[in-house]
Amino acid sequence: MNAAKNNEATELTYRDACREALRDAMSRDERVFLMGEDVGHYGGCYGVSKGLLEEFGPERIRDTPLSENGFTGLGVGAALNGMRPIVEIMTVNFSLLALDQIVNNAALLRHMSGGQFGVPLVIRMATGAGRQLAAQHSHSFEGLYAHIPGLKVLTPATLEDARGMLWTALEDPDPVIIFEHVMLYNMMGTLSADAGALPIDKAAVRREGKDVSLITYGGSLPKALAAAEELSKNGVEAEVVDLRTLRPLDDETILASVRKTRRAVIVDEGWRTGSLSAEISARIMENALWDLDAPVARVCSAEIPIPYSHHLEEAALPQTPDIVAAARGVTG
Amino acid sequence: MTEADKLHLNRESLLDLLTQMIRVRRFEEKCAELYQAEKIRGFLHLAVGEEAVCTGVMAALAPEDAIVGTYREHGHALLRGVPAKDIMAEMFGKFEGCSKGRGGSMHLFCAEHRFFGGYAIVGGGLPLAAGMALADKMQGKPHVTVCFFGEGAAAEGVFHETMNMAALWKLPVLFICENNLYAMGTRLDLSESETDIHEKAQSYNMRSEKVDGMDVVAVEAAAARLAAMVRKGDGPAFLECRTYRFRAHSMFDPQLYRSKEEVEEWKERDPIKRLTDWMASANLLHDDDVSKIEAEADKEIADAVAFAEAGQWEPVEHMTADVYAGATS
Repeated sequence: MNAAKNNEATELTYRDACREALRDAMSRDERVFLMGEDVGHYGGCYGVSKGLLEEFGPERIRDTPLSENGFTGLGVGAALNGMRPIVEIMTVNFSLLALDQIVNNAALLRHMSGGQFGVPLVIRMATGAGRQLAAQHSHSFEGLYAHIPGLKVLTPATLEDARGMLWTALEDPDPVIIFEHVMLYNMMGTLSADAGALPIDKAAVRREGKDVSLITYGGSLPKALAAAEELSKNGVEAEVVDLRTLRPLDDETILASVRKTRRAVIVDEGWRTGSLSAEISARIMENALWDLDAPVARVCSAEIPIPYSHHLEEAALPQTPDIVAAARGVTG
Repeated sequence: MTEADKLHLNRESLLDLLTQMIRVRRFEEKCAELYQAEKIRGFLHLAVGEEAVCTGVMAALAPEDAIVGTYREHGHALLRGVPAKDIMAEMFGKFEGCSKGRGGSMHLFCAEHRFFGGYAIVGGGLPLAAGMALADKMQGKPHVTVCFFGEGAAAEGVFHETMNMAALWKLPVLFICENNLYAMGTRLDLSESETDIHEKAQSYNMRSEKVDGMDVVAVEAAAARLAAMVRKGDGPAFLECRTYRFRAHSMFDPQLYRSKEEVEEWKERDPIKRLTDWMASANLLHDDDVSKIEAEADKEIADAVAFAEAGQWEPVEHMTADVYAGATS
């Protein structure tokens, strides 16, 4: 392929970008395999792995029984013993069934073994609400995983990141969890044909601004960007920080933005109490209190199980008008 | 007993089995003493009485095979080749320990001997072992992963998840159920509707057998035969070893759940006594064999204790190392 062709942008969805990342990883490294419920013959619950079974065969695109703790544990063991497994957990609520293997084994093994055994495992899962899937398929537990030392937690919110963070995660010697927000799968965009691996330890400023920092991640990023456009109509220039990685948090980028704008609104689809937004808020207080012109504000999900009814679900989640209102609140 | 099994019934191999069982017994008895002396802290789970299981199984394995153990794994680590001094230093919490003092009694690890750890969440090691076997299978390696667990694990959902996947995908894993009849203090028939644990494995379509876990020769023969089948690619195998723990579950256990008579009855079947008596009756044991073995074991253990005593505490500033690769304090 020539260089010009390499840079040709193609139009595709976030889902396609996730699939391209999988295909690329599988092609690059024969130790990589995908394992999970319905990843093969069905094509993935959200269609991410569609077509990969035909391309790579059933050994490497492995349909599993409905045994989240079991197959996640198999992923831990395979990672310990020379492979680079990608475990797909259908949706974030189901991952609670696998918490034992994720928290008690994957996250602890390196430290508990005195540095002898690492777990280069990648776990992908769909997260978040917005599809009227009700309370057992719609939560956001990213913050819960970000609490655990030994794990890395990624939340790609753009096509570039969906395409680029997986390979870097696979090269990482420690367990990495990748959260794909369900409302992003159909997002259209363009991706350069030579799009490739991206860092997994840096936040990104998606929109520059001087008046307020909107700090967010995952499915809330498009909402924050829309809020920034709305605010701009009234002369408030919001900077939008996409965290990209929830553990480790990129304090440097967060604090640099807050010190510049002197105001922060954190948008987090998790519940407010004990949330990632609380952690970020605390870090801002600890490190940049005297740079602030207003208290840190938060826009989080209502503290209820996510309801089925469309109007209630919409009301329970952080929405663009909520973000605009919070930003106006701190910018006076 | 087959012809192949009989080949091992010579003085040399039997003496080796006896030696290994005595090493484990003496090591653990010393641990109990050191616990009373407050040199070893935390939980300490001894397997006194169960030595025939780890001894018989370990004798049947190759160096490239991998071991996944439980929190009652001192003997398994020792017989796998982890030096006694490294294990003892770990029990003392010293930096020289086989897990740098981070794991203690329940979490012994040794990469060099492919000892993939002691796991203290009951059943937690099972899927991990199956995953290691999956990796070997995908990489075309002729290794066996051996997974030890107690009968209590059979009540965990992940036991059944693992049996199913291991059999479904014909993974090269040998499951060793150390059935000592009590899940901590709950007797098997009070917690399981089916008390023949190997029947459960059988129902997942894998080769599954039961053996007298107080008979080290029988354990070795069964483990060797099953390991050979697993290595050949026949899929997983399951061996239930009926055994008994002579001492308390841990050092905090007043043993209200079983009678002294029951314990005494089982002590009559002590695997060390049993092998010693049998060898003597077959004229395979010399008068000073046992005392020599004990003296050598005691010397090894005394050296291990001295090593542990002389060991260092990991500097506190190292504490955050190894949470992630390459990350030091």
